[in-house]
Amino acid sequence: MSEKILLKGNEAIAIAAIRCGCDGYFGYPITPQSEILETLSEMNPEKDTGMIVLQAESEVAAINMLYGGAGCGKKVMTSSSSPGISLMTEGISYIAGAELPCVIVDVMRGGPGLGTIQPAQSDYFQIVKGGGHGDYHTITLAPASVQEMNDFVNLSFELAFKYKTPVVILADGVIGQMMEKVELSPIKPRWTDEEIIKLHGDWASTGKTPNRKRNIVTSLDLDPHRQELFNKKLQSKYSEIERNEIRYESLLCDDAEYLVAAYGLSARVSQKAMELARDEGIKIGLIRPITLFPYPYEAIERLVPQMKGILTVEMSAGQMVEDVSLAVRGAIPLYFHGRTGGMLPSPEDIASVIKSIATGNYNPENFPGHNKVWLK
Amino acid sequence: MAVRGAIEVETELCKGCGVCVVSCPSETIAMSKQVNGKGYNYMYMAHPEKCTGCVNCAVVCPDTVITVYRVKI
Amino acid sequence: MDITDIIKPENKVYGKSRLLLDKVMHFCPGCSHGTIHKIIAETIDELDIQEQVIGISPVGCAVLAYDYIDIDWQEAAHGRAPALATAIKRLYPDKYVFTYQGDGDLASIGTGEIIHTCNRGDNVTIIFVNNAIYGMTGGQMAPTTLEGMKTATTPKGRSYISSGFPMKITEMLAILPGVVYATRQSVDTPAAERKAKKAVIKAFKCQKLKKGTSFIEFVSTCSSGWKMTPTEANTWMRENMFPVFPPGDVKDETGF
Repeated sequence: MSEKILLKGNEAIAIAAIRCGCDGYFGYPITPQSEILETLSEMNPEKDTGMIVLQAESEVAAINMLYGGAGCGKKVMTSSSSPGISLMTEGISYIAGAELPCVIVDVMRGGPGLGTIQPAQSDYFQIVKGGGHGDYHTITLAPASVQEMNDFVNLSFELAFKYKTPVVILADGVIGQMMEKVELSPIKPRWTDEEIIKLHGDWASTGKTPNRKRNIVTSLDLDPHRQELFNKKLQSKYSEIERNEIRYESLLCDDAEYLVAAYGLSARVSQKAMELARDEGIKIGLIRPITLFPYPYEAIERLVPQMKGILTVEMSAGQMVEDVSLAVRGAIPLYFHGRTGGMLPSPEDIASVIKSIATGNYNPENFPGHNKVWLK
Repeated sequence: MAVRGAIEVETELCKGCGVCVVSCPSETIAMSKQVNGKGYNYMYMAHPEKCTGCVNCAVVCPDTVITVYRVKI
Repeated sequence: MDITDIIKPENKVYGKSRLLLDKVMHFCPGCSHGTIHKIIAETIDELDIQEQVIGISPVGCAVLAYDYIDIDWQEAAHGRAPALATAIKRLYPDKYVFTYQGDGDLASIGTGEIIHTCNRGDNVTIIFVNNAIYGMTGGQMAPTTLEGMKTATTPKGRSYISSGFPMKITEMLAILPGVVYATRQSVDTPAAERKAKKAVIKAFKCQKLKKGTSFIEFVSTCSSGWKMTPTEANTWMRENMFPVFPPGDVKDETGF
């Protein structure tokens, strides 16, 4: 029988990590996600599963511990929040370049700079578009509930090992802090060394045995020809991910004439706004990208012909809206409503944006936060 | 009992740094006037009869191009 | 006696370690890196631990260490090798883990990581190659550059007024309780090389006995960066580097 307990989003991440057979967590405290490290330290999984939990001296060290652990073929993860993720970005680039599997949780807070400890979604560009130097992507999953915080940990490890790539769970301070009932994941034992080799190949640096050549984990190749070939290989991997791993949720789109595109917490708030607008007779649907890379461009594109307009809602000054724009390609008017600095979009504000669009009275000056329109 | 030594040098891999020459206690080795394929003056046994097989030259060689042999006579 | 009578397999007393690969090292003539690589390969071979060793190479001249020694490797971002080492050792406590880092990597950009790995007393070995200059990037000032020493970024010589003092990182780390063995060695003479190899063997034995962090600084030359011949560089090192970075054990609490 499945267990269901009340948990904070951050706690769910920690518990899911232990239950899915994670080998090591390396993290550094930062609000609003410190409960992940705290919960793991409290639960001390080393005594039960052997999972290592270590408070690193910095986010820079933490991400490089991930590189080391992942380079041994182990299931390793870290978590941080926006300023900490900025510090980790160098390491994420190296991990992508060395083709290592690992899971990184970003519980976003407002920026730029030290910004605020309040929730935001303003790391979209940084995470979804690569963030660090070089041409790379991280698979990015955007949970909108505590249940998804739980579920995405195991899914992230599966994707990370399938594609040998870093996977980011891109949450925000609200999802991290709020409490909901969660059905816990089944308990999986940690992989043995033999299982890792059987499941994922003998590529990790665990000590050179006589039956194979030495394994080298590196992102360096000084030969331009080979380096370009490697980049082509990376890009074809990303294309494969785009073919296989797009996930999204669409709500009430069948009869919709208007569409809201939002992820994470913004999608939850938009769902409530959709109900308010539908109460007033506006036929509106919602599309919630679950994977931000790979992005569900085609899912949006397919809906465009039936729509009179599309509104993107984010807790940023307008980041995901650029991807929505790539799907819309100027075919219909594109609107944006965003809140920043720890302010949250409200269902009422979103509903009145929708209403003004549907009635032809849209004026960006009338709404709080960041509002824009690109007419077709 | 005396010892006699000899060295084998991978001449083409020698970079001619000369660190071995100053490490040789018996003044056996020297840098050649000729150059190898890389353009380096390589080391060689200028006075083979002096070699004791002490391995000093091989120990300090950064490129490990020297193999040392020794016999008791 | 003819040389051909001496050069026979049964008379071989010293040769290339089987763990040194055939690839010609990219290092400049006379570079200390080659000799230090050789010591590491010989140590791993003599301790018969090839299957248990994971090396971590740095950013800098030794970035390609993985091309030369026949063991499993990871190549770290600049300065971060100790963080990798911590994680690998925590996940595989019975393996042997060592980092190989230069002075820019360890004593400049990587000061945070090295201090905390040493402070946690992680059972790893740190090989620190200090030639007082950035070799790979073309001879710029390092934290360990001597006062008055000319580099590409201190063309009139390093001045402590603008650039601080040569950093004695081994002494700094030796005060940490997590460090069980901290020593400074060189490879400029056969005697020094033999002593240095004993130090490396001792450092790896610290790992086996789970004693704590073992740290070996190699005071080294960079003849290209110093603009000298290799033998001149060795002499210059003895006369100028040794007074600031004196060879010998800085701390030995190994008890063996």
